[in-house]
Amino acid sequence: MTFWRKVFTITWKDALSEMRTREIIFTVLVFTLLIFVLFSFAFGSNPETMSLVAPGLLWVTFAFSGVLSLNRAFIPEKEQGCLEGLMVCPVSREVIYAGKMLSSLLFMLIIEAIALPTFAFLFNLPVLSLQLIVITILTTIGFVAVGTLFSALAVNTKAREMVLPILFFPIIAPIIIGAVNASGSALAGEPWQNMLSWLQIIAAFDVIFLVVPFLIFAFVIEE
Amino acid sequence: MKSKILLWVSLLLMVFNFYMIFIYAPIEREMGIVQKIFYLMVPAGWLALLSFVIVLIGSILYLVKRESRWDALAFSAAETGIVFTTMTLIVGSTWARPVWGVWWVWEPRLTATLVLWLIYLAYFLVRSFTAEESRAARFSAIVGIVGAIDVPIVILAIVVWRTQHPPALIFQGGLAPEMLQALMVSIAAFTVLYVLILIQRVSLKNDATEIARLKGLLRED
Repeated sequence: MTFWRKVFTITWKDALSEMRTREIIFTVLVFTLLIFVLFSFAFGSNPETMSLVAPGLLWVTFAFSGVLSLNRAFIPEKEQGCLEGLMVCPVSREVIYAGKMLSSLLFMLIIEAIALPTFAFLFNLPVLSLQLIVITILTTIGFVAVGTLFSALAVNTKAREMVLPILFFPIIAPIIIGAVNASGSALAGEPWQNMLSWLQIIAAFDVIFLVVPFLIFAFVIEE
Repeated sequence: MKSKILLWVSLLLMVFNFYMIFIYAPIEREMGIVQKIFYLMVPAGWLALLSFVIVLIGSILYLVKRESRWDALAFSAAETGIVFTTMTLIVGSTWARPVWGVWWVWEPRLTATLVLWLIYLAYFLVRSFTAEESRAARFSAIVGIVGAIDVPIVILAIVVWRTQHPPALIFQGGLAPEMLQALMVSIAAFTVLYVLILIQRVSLKNDATEIARLKGLLRED
């Protein structure tokens, strides 16, 4: 089998397991909706305040949901002893990383595809634009690239799900900065060139954090 | 013996440094005596960044060679680094208070330093949450590598962001020559001190590893 066929086999395994258990997507969606409701309590229903804080709110929510869903990427594998199974498979560690990353990406994108319209509906904001979709996809790639690496690391520590956010948030800080600023421009209806520098930062981050974890993932799940 | 010499060099340089800062360099016209903090802040910030680079190098070498001395280097650099990062943050905000009127602003360079500090914290948390020594070394090496690569991106985000922090005047000749000389001496003095502390910390860590190994041997018998 070629590299990508092996990768897609792992992704397909995750998708299948998700379809049967509905563990990640549904739970994280409920969680996302709850955060939206909490934010509406925090910032009131004033439309002007809302349009000011919306970009920040959106990315804080997605960062939280990201941590929640990425934590589940490896915990079930560990609990059922499946991680050992994956590791004795005749595939390289890079295949495991790419497969797990793609399934996390798939889940996050599905979550966001439902959460974004909900956000637009609840707060009456023009969230559904091509610009925002591009920003969301770029940012989510960075999230899961870093998150998959650290999720595999966190699951092998004593504190497990507590470790992921502590590692994840500072490392993704530049991408959050980029996403919040680019979304701010997008929501204000500005043209593409105003957010170009931010998109470049996010893209640079994506590339680096796809390459580096890919190279060092083998060291995370060694024994 | 070597560290004795280094200790004396460091001590003498530090005394000379104080002379340069408080007697040789003139008092700044607008900020007054407060500007002296600058001679402490810049070396601390520089050493915080240097530590990150050493952590990166030590981490890569550990993952490649699997010798505990590289982990000892990365760990010690991280520990010394967090001290200097903390110092940068504290000293920086004592400068910000009289000059900007607030202790803290969410300004890019400050934010970036805080993020670096948080990455260092994560490094130690991962270590303490991992039971076996070899695994802790491996995991923290991974955090060290990814964290260090994050630094240039954080700085890139800063460049794009508008900033309230004083620009890099030093390299544009915006600093009085006496001040520049004092700054250079201060950077040199603190770097020698840093090297001294790092060497001590590495040898302490190596001793601790050796003792743990011997204890393990004893338990087996």
